[in-house]
Amino acid sequence: MLHGFFLGLGSYFLFLGSVLRRPESWREFGKSLMREIELLGLSSIPLVIFISLFMGAVLTIQTAINLDDPFIPDLFIGVAVREGIVLEFSPTIVSLILAGKVGSNISSSLGAMRVTEQMDALQVMGVNPASYLVLPKIAACLMFFPVLIIFSIGMGLLGGYLAGDWLQMVNPDHFLMGYFDEFNPFFIVYALTKTVFFAFIISSISAWYGFHVKGGAVEVGKASTKAVVAMSFTIILFNYILTNVMLQ
Amino acid sequence: MIEVRGIKKSFGDQEVLKGIDMQLQRGQCNLIIGSSGSGKTVLLKSIVGLVKPDAGQVLLDGRDWTGMPERERKVLRQEMGMVFQASALFTSLTVEENVRFPLDFFSTMSLTEKNARIAFCLDRVRIPQSAMRKNAAELSGGMQKRVAIARAIALNPKYLFCDEPNSGLDPETSVVIDQLIQELTREFAMTTVVNTHDMNSVLEIGDHVVLLRHGYKAWEGSGPEILKATDQEVVDYVFVSALFKKVREALS
Repeated sequence: MLHGFFLGLGSYFLFLGSVLRRPESWREFGKSLMREIELLGLSSIPLVIFISLFMGAVLTIQTAINLDDPFIPDLFIGVAVREGIVLEFSPTIVSLILAGKVGSNISSSLGAMRVTEQMDALQVMGVNPASYLVLPKIAACLMFFPVLIIFSIGMGLLGGYLAGDWLQMVNPDHFLMGYFDEFNPFFIVYALTKTVFFAFIISSISAWYGFHVKGGAVEVGKASTKAVVAMSFTIILFNYILTNVMLQ
Repeated sequence: MIEVRGIKKSFGDQEVLKGIDMQLQRGQCNLIIGSSGSGKTVLLKSIVGLVKPDAGQVLLDGRDWTGMPERERKVLRQEMGMVFQASALFTSLTVEENVRFPLDFFSTMSLTEKNARIAFCLDRVRIPQSAMRKNAAELSGGMQKRVAIARAIALNPKYLFCDEPNSGLDPETSVVIDQLIQELTREFAMTTVVNTHDMNSVLEIGDHVVLLRHGYKAWEGSGPEILKATDQEVVDYVFVSALFKKVREALS
């Protein structure tokens, strides 16, 4: 098992070596990049809005219930919700969800191209399939995931505020003050740094699984599942490492 | 001309190609035939460079293709066109975009010239104008094969490779595809290599036929000659069907 893991790791880094090369045609790269931003990024906005709004709402309800004490002002509930959303929920949980949506899309689309010989066709033409197909996906994720996470933070905070107000669990003015109280801008840097790492993990690992599919349609599905599992493990692991390095 | 010298290829313990030598002439349809597992796909992939042979050489008009640095191989690849068994059209693109793809990457043509070339290639394989904007995945199997041929000839290649072009097609469409390959081979003086196990193709377009058996070359000749061949390997492969036994009896 360990032998297989190291073989896979070696193959992954070799794969990255063939992906991270200067595009053969910048014009084609630009066209592919726009297509991928639309497919992987813009199409994820409704999902991110929905998840973030409800995630913020649930966080407010849970925090308000746990801090239901006359000696604890609602301002602290606002602070706790803000820190929870900025530090963890938006960058990590939304990235895990994007690993399922975007990652499986990448691995299944590349897997389908592999089993239908479309990658062989590119290779015969003299086009490097790894660079041509994967580089725009990685670039699109690196460029657009931070936008999605900023969006998610905004929606999460809005959801938290609306839930607290509608359910009358907090004083809305005090709660809102908590959002702005002693805010540390470095936390945004931390959240976006994590997001960039996660974007690379999601796009490159899913692409590696899809690129190396052998067999038919069943194997494409299996590769997609394996990719989501591997991405989730790696995201959780890197979440710990980055938190340790950046917040200690 | 393509010259294959002593090509060998193994996967693990299994020796798939056991030293193949052959010469494939320009302006001819060169057919590689053989039963499943005889090594014909591995041989074709070795010739086009999708599989790296363990030993041997492939010479493209005297140029050592197997020993060439990657940069030079890339340039030479523009002289090749390939039609895959499952067509391998880019399903996210339209018919027109599929044919345009190699032109956008490798030609220095202006937009007008590219459009003219696309129109010519599609017209040459008898794809109607109305199908140009359709997604490649929407086409029938026969039309997909024809679009794949149009894409393969877009850069006016010297070498055309077809891996089982009739696979999955009805007999009538198979004949159309065979005739198209033959016409284009003559018209553009290409060196065409076709992998097939379709005996109709052998008789229709087989200018030069190579029979593979268990990884080695068992027989070589022209399409019509195969019916008169007495080699046991040919008899075992060709005359297993009742139809061809009757053809053989009628000929003798």
